[in-house]
Parts: sequence; C-alpha cells; structure tokens
Amino acid sequence: MSSAATLHGADVHAGHDAHHEHHHHETFITKYVFSQDHKMIAKQFLVTGIIWAIIGGLFSVIFRLQLGYPESTFPWLEDFLGHWAKGGKLDPEFYYALVTMHGTILVFFVLTAGLSGTFANFLIPLQIGARDMASPMLNMLSYWFFFTASIIMFSSLFVQTGPASGGWTIYPPLSALGDASSGSKIGMDLWLVAMAMFIVSSLLGGLNYISTILNLRTKGMSMTRLPLTIWALFFTAVLGVLSFPVLLSGAILLLFDRNLGTSFFLSDIVIQGKILPNEGGSAILFQHLFWFLGHPEVYIILLPAMGMSSEIISVNSRKPIFGYMAMVGSLFAIAILAFLVWAHHMFVTGLNPFLGSVFVLLTLLIAVPSAIKVFNWLTTLWRGSIRFTPGMLFAIGFVSLFISGGLTGIFLGNSALDLHLHDTYFVIAHFHIVMGVASFFGMFAGVYHWFPKMFGRYLNNTMAYIHFWVTIVGAYLIFWPMHYEGLAGMPRRYYDFSNWESFKQFGELNQFISFISMIVFAVQLLFVFNFFYSMYKGRKVTTQNPWGANTLEWTTPVNPGHGNWPGEIPEVYRGAYDYAKDGHEFIPQNVPVGDDETHH
Amino acid sequence: MKEFLLIALGVLVFVVIFQIAKASEYVSVLKGEEKTRRQNNKINAFLLLGLLIFGLIGVWYCNELYYPKTLFPQGSASIEGESLDTMFMITVAVTGAVFILTQILLFWFAFKYQEKDNTKAYYFAHSTKLELVWTTIPAITLCILVAFGLKAWFKITGDAPKDAIVVEVTGHQFGWEFRYPGSDKVLGKKNYKLTKGANSLGVDFDDPASMDDIHVSGTMHIPVGKPVKMVINAQDVIHDVGLPHFRLKMDAVPGIPTTQWFTPKYTTEEMKTKTGNPNFTYEISCDQMCGKGHFSMRGIIIVESEAEYRKWLATQKAEYFTIYPDREPKADTVKSNVISAILPK
Repeated sequence: MSSAATLHGADVHAGHDAHHEHHHHETFITKYVFSQDHKMIAKQFLVTGIIWAIIGGLFSVIFRLQLGYPESTFPWLEDFLGHWAKGGKLDPEFYYALVTMHGTILVFFVLTAGLSGTFANFLIPLQIGARDMASPMLNMLSYWFFFTASIIMFSSLFVQTGPASGGWTIYPPLSALGDASSGSKIGMDLWLVAMAMFIVSSLLGGLNYISTILNLRTKGMSMTRLPLTIWALFFTAVLGVLSFPVLLSGAILLLFDRNLGTSFFLSDIVIQGKILPNEGGSAILFQHLFWFLGHPEVYIILLPAMGMSSEIISVNSRKPIFGYMAMVGSLFAIAILAFLVWAHHMFVTGLNPFLGSVFVLLTLLIAVPSAIKVFNWLTTLWRGSIRFTPGMLFAIGFVSLFISGGLTGIFLGNSALDLHLHDTYFVIAHFHIVMGVASFFGMFAGVYHWFPKMFGRYLNNTMAYIHFWVTIVGAYLIFWPMHYEGLAGMPRRYYDFSNWESFKQFGELNQFISFISMIVFAVQLLFVFNFFYSMYKGRKVTTQNPWGANTLEWTTPVNPGHGNWPGEIPEVYRGAYDYAKDGHEFIPQNVPVGDDETHH
Repeated sequence: MKEFLLIALGVLVFVVIFQIAKASEYVSVLKGEEKTRRQNNKINAFLLLGLLIFGLIGVWYCNELYYPKTLFPQGSASIEGESLDTMFMITVAVTGAVFILTQILLFWFAFKYQEKDNTKAYYFAHSTKLELVWTTIPAITLCILVAFGLKAWFKITGDAPKDAIVVEVTGHQFGWEFRYPGSDKVLGKKNYKLTKGANSLGVDFDDPASMDDIHVSGTMHIPVGKPVKMVINAQDVIHDVGLPHFRLKMDAVPGIPTTQWFTPKYTTEEMKTKTGNPNFTYEISCDQMCGKGHFSMRGIIIVESEAEYRKWLATQKAEYFTIYPDREPKADTVKSNVISAILPK
C-alpha cells in the first residue's frame, strides 16, 4: 500500500514538474475561476460559504425582529422586502420563508459545503503529503455544481410567490402542494433542483476526498499516523457519500409528486375544499428518507469541527492529543451510529413504540463516544502549556458548546421526554448550540489557524479576540434561555405568540434574545471584514511554521504553489502529535525517529 | 431616521474598532511581538476563568428568572405526565452534574495551564485505564436513563384503558375539529371523498354509527379523572396535537390515523386556582409546521367535572341532524329523545 502510494506520488511529482512551466502562464480564469488547484477550490468554497453565511445570518436577524418586537412595525423593511413587509410588518408567509431559507442555507450551504468543502479541499492534500486531489477535475466540478446550486437557490428568493417556506425539512404534503402554501409553488421546485445540484456537488467532493486519503498518502503516512483532522474529514466524506443519495431520491420523488401526479407521499387529502385523487402514499415515508440523510448530516457538520478542534487544541497545548486511537475510534463509532438513529426525529409521528425504543437506545449510545472525546480534550489541556491564539480560543469554545448542547440531546433522545420537548424551543436551543454554533466555532478555529497557510498573512488579533468574546457570550445569551421557553412547551416556527395564554409570558425574553442576536450578527461582520482586509493587508507570515505544528502543511513554503512542495514530498516517520516528547517542544512528522527517542 | 442613526452609529463603532485593532498591531511590533503575545495570553486566560464564573452565575440566575415560567412548577396536568416529570428531574440531575464538572475542568485547565515561563507541557499521550473509566461510567449512566425512559414510554404509548372516552381530533389549515361517538360509543365511518359543504369531515352518513356523532370546532370538552383516547388525523398537511400541560404530543398525518391517550388530573377551574392565573386555559398548539397560519392554530381543552361534561354533551346536537335538519324528530319529543339517545347509559 505505502509503496504504491509512493510510486504514485513520485509519478505525480515528475509529471508535475513538466507541468509547472505552464502554470506560470496561468490566466486569471484558470487560476482564480476554473482552477483545479485544491487550495484555490478550498478558497472558493470558503468565500462562497461566507457570502451564504451573511445572507443566512441576516435572515435570522430579520425574523428575530418579528419575534422580539411583534407589536412594532419597521417601515424600512418594506423598502427592500416590498409586499412581503407591507407597512413594515413581516408577512407570516415570508416569515416562514426566512426561517426555511435560514435553515437550508446554514445547514447545507455554509456548514456542509462551506465547512467540508473548504477544509477537506485545503487540508487533505497538504496534511497527507499529496500534490493535489486524486481527481482535480472532479474537484473543480464539485465547486461549480455547488455554485450552480447556489445560484438556483438564490434566485428562488426573487420569485413572486416567494422561496420555499415549509421548513428546511420540507415535509410533504405541505411542500408537495402548491395550494398548501405559496412557498410550495415555484419556490419549492427551485429548492429541490438546487438541492439536487448540491447533492451532486457533495458526492463529487466526497468521493474525491475518500480516494485521495486512501491512495495518495506520502511515504510513511500510514492511516494511524494521519492527523485527526484527516480522520474526521474522511468519516465526514463517507457519511455524505452514503446518505446524500437517499435525500436525492426523496427530493426526486417529491418533484414527481409535485409535477407528475404521482402519490409517493400523498394520500387522502382535502385541501382548500378540493378533494385530491392521490391515494396510498405515505407522508411519513418522506420523513424516513429525509432523516436518513438528515441525521448523518448533523455529523457531517460536526465531525470536521471536532477534527480541527482536536488538532488545534493539541498544537496550542503543546501536548499530544490524549488517546489518539480512542479519538479515531470514537469518530468511527459516531459515524456508524449516525446511520442508526434517524427515527429519533420521528418519535411523535405515530411510530411503532417498540421501534421507537430501539432508536432511543441507539441514540443515547452516541453519548458514549462523545463523552470519550470530551474527556480526551480535557486531558489534552491538563498540564499543557497553553497558547491562546484566536484559533485555540474558538477550539476551547467549541468544546464548551459541544458539552452544553450535547447534554440536552440526552433529554431529546429519550422518547418519553421528547413527547414534551419535541419541536419546542428546547430543540432550537439544543441543535443551535451543538451543531450550529459549535460547528461555526470549529470552522472559525480552522480559519484562524490555517489562514496564514491559505493567504501567507495573519488575521488581525485584536479583531479576532473581540470576535471570539462577543460571539461566545452572545451565543450562550441567545440560546441558553431558549431551553426554558421549550420547557414551557413553546413551539418552534411560530410567527407570533401573543395570542397564546401558555406562551406569551416570554415576550421580554424574546426581545432580549433578538437584541443580542443583532449584536452577534454585527460581530460576525467584523470577522468578515477582518478576513478580507487581512487577505490583502494583514501582517505577513515570515516563518514556515508559525504555530510550531507537526503536520506536513507547515513544511511547504509560506505561499505554496500548485503542487504544494517545490521539491520532493517529505517522507513521514511518526504520528502527528509528538509534542513535549523527550524534551523536544515539538517534532514534525517528517523528522526521522532518533536513536535516543523513547517508544511510548 | 432612527434606523439611519443606528446604522451610522454601527459604522462608527466599526471604524473605531478597526482603528484600535490596527494600532494595536503597530504597538505590538514596537513592544516586541513575543511580549505582546504573552500579555494577550494572560488576559485571555483570565477572561476564560471569568467566563466560567460569570457563566455559572448566569446559569443559576437564568434558572431563577425563568424556571417559574415553565410548566414544571405547576406539575403535570395528566397522570401519565407525572412519570415524565420525574424522569426529567433525574435527567437534569445527571446532565447538570456532568455539565458543571466538565465546564469547570475545561475552563480551569485552560486558566491553570496557560503558557508560563518556567513550566513545560507534560508528555501524556494515552492511558487505557482512564479511557476505560470514561467509557464505562457514561455507558452505565445512560443505560439507567434509557431504562427509566422506556418504562415511561411504553406506559404512555401502550393501549388506552377500555373505558376511555374516545374523541376524534382532526387538524386542518388552520384549526381543530373534534368528533364524539355519541351513545353507541362508535365513531361513524369516514371517507375523505365525501367531504363537501357542511359535511366538512367527510363523514359517511350511510353508516348508522355516524348518526349520533357530535362534531364541535375549536374547543374540546373532557371530564376530569377519566382516560381520554384521541384518534388523530389531518385533512390537508401534517399537523401535530401539542398538549404541553399534559406533556403529550402526537402528529396528525393525512391518510394515517394516530392515537394518544391521557388522564387529566385537574379541571380548568382547578388549574386557575393552582396557577393563580384567572385566564388559565389548556391549549392545543400545532407543533408541526403547517403553513402560514401555523402559529394561530390554537385549540382549547376544557376539563370539567363529569357532571358538567355530561350536561355539556347533552346540549350538543348530532351532526347528522345539522346536515339533514328535515330528518330530525319533531317538537316536544325532541329534547328527551335526543338526550336519551346521546347520553351514555
């Protein structure tokens, strides 16, 4: 295996030198637009992801305005939303469209494509010691399918009947019938087509990541020497490749039900006085198809953040990650279990109670590998020599949020408690903390840590610290109190609570949450500003290995060209976590094992 | 104008932050980057400790403020929900302990082991013993939680008692309909294709069982202390019968009827005294996104004494007679006949 990899590596290298001359005459188009360099494709994913994150975040601020200030009107809203905000009051239909698009954008376009697309592309070849992806062409296509999906999804914002408004989970019959909601008209078709494109993109990317990791490792880089980032990205890609096709099938069947008169998900429906002829379909079938992706999707979002945080915590504690094999094993366990828990989203659909009980057991089992990871992170910090770089702060924040949000999963995974908490604000608090904010923290950690490698410059530290502190405090202020709203039974996806005797007592709290969310959003703009400003004007990186890290990406030049290493690809002699070993502060992976080294 | 000022203020704050950020970079070059880095390290370590302390105080304060506003202090309004409340408290105790322990370790370690001049990181790559400890303890704890949970789950999802009162609940955009089986205790058949005009539920009136069925909209009456079995369905899209006070929830799916049963413990009047809220109402919230009126899909449950319930039932006219008024028995005989036809014997 490793000799084959070496041979292949040498081949690529030889071929590459011949190529290299051509690359000097790259045009703007081949270098920045239709680039096949994994690093450029990673940046394309990142920048597109950032643009989507701003849009998705802005949507949440607008619908939080309605939730926080249900009595007020905002005339300026009418100026740019037109008939969706007549008299400055958000239309309920458009409120639901915003909620739907906020979820879709952040789950898929930012935390899947923006996160995996960026870091799998950027880090896999650099950390395993490869010149590029196994198939740079597919890699480029992966971005352009994502781009096309983005354009279609974005265009759905401008159709007259509005974008999809049935929730990011698009349960039929609501999403199948144009009569059920105006967002289920053309907006829904665009949503489905965009998602189909998106799934193609993520499959092309995923296959590429898997084959690259399995085949293109440099000499000496055995699987057990891979950095944890790579392991996490590997399992992420496997999850995506095995589960996204199921959503694709669901989306296509739904398109058939919508446009071709089939009845996969429809049966016995009377809508707006019209009796529909569809019989024999099952609305619940769609939920199985959706959540068979939907639950692994949570881990597709979370695993890269876990992998990057593991790496960053180890580097900045100046200590080996505690229990490397246990960290890999728990990633593997999470990846397997991710496929066996989907029906915990469906405890209240009338699911057979026995089946429900199996899903309870499997769901709560996930807490075991999660606990291993948390305690291993804590032990990695123990007796370290910790440097609080912005990346490290975000990685620590990730662990804190993962604990907070993970523990509330123990409530929701227990079906009896879910009867009370299902689809309330408790759920919103749970998944925003554990998969939304936590994964964002992992992503920020990654951006701060690898920005010097991406652009040869540093991000501004002061802005980075402000970004971290406001975001972590703000995130807890926004989502922690929501648990209590959920305990009061307050349902998700409500436009207004003021007519409800049971839920109206939280008016002031909702206002507070909305206010904080605006501040947190503004601070994210500060990050975006820092990102683009530092890309051109940031302090220049002068050393090859600014963080003193062991992994191979720091053996490349400060600004690596296409092909990553100007000479030979370095050979690897050890795992990625030899920090504080035998009196050395750190020993990079490409340093041969000395005679005096102890074997641990 | 106000918005414009706010935006201008926002931009100003941005510019100030940016200038400070840029200046601090120059200062760090002047002072020596290593020195600045160490200073920043200390500040951030302190702030992390502060986050821990103020965070834990915040958690406590938030609980003081909002726990009283949740449904837990007033207890479950259904007998079945009681076991759920106990389970909730057990889960809070377990996860709460883990939360406090791990957050303290995380931030304390971060503070304690910040980079210092005279200490070096300690090489500690793994320990099978420790890893076994934190694999087995969570595994055992979770098994206990699962056992508690499943016991409650099977009780709640088990078959309803034989003497349960049956009410059919139908969700549609955007409201709730209730159908009572009348004196024969059997709900008449339905066929969605018969839905037309006044027969809004698609009841098959050729079925004799349907002739004494009662149909009411928006408000459901049930007697206290008796098990109630809801047969739940939907006409158009998926809805969900959310009963927060009774700790229950069940989807209403077109084409696939579901059931759910519970035993109310307190009448609406009793709850008014218990909560000290004269406006208290048991509400049915739709908990599955169902379109633009989702948030307004409010149903009401009136829990009353059995006598009041029977009295209310007696005043209701069978839907059959509302739809076919000409078939209704005439004049004086009506009242007694109808009542005796409807009241359970």
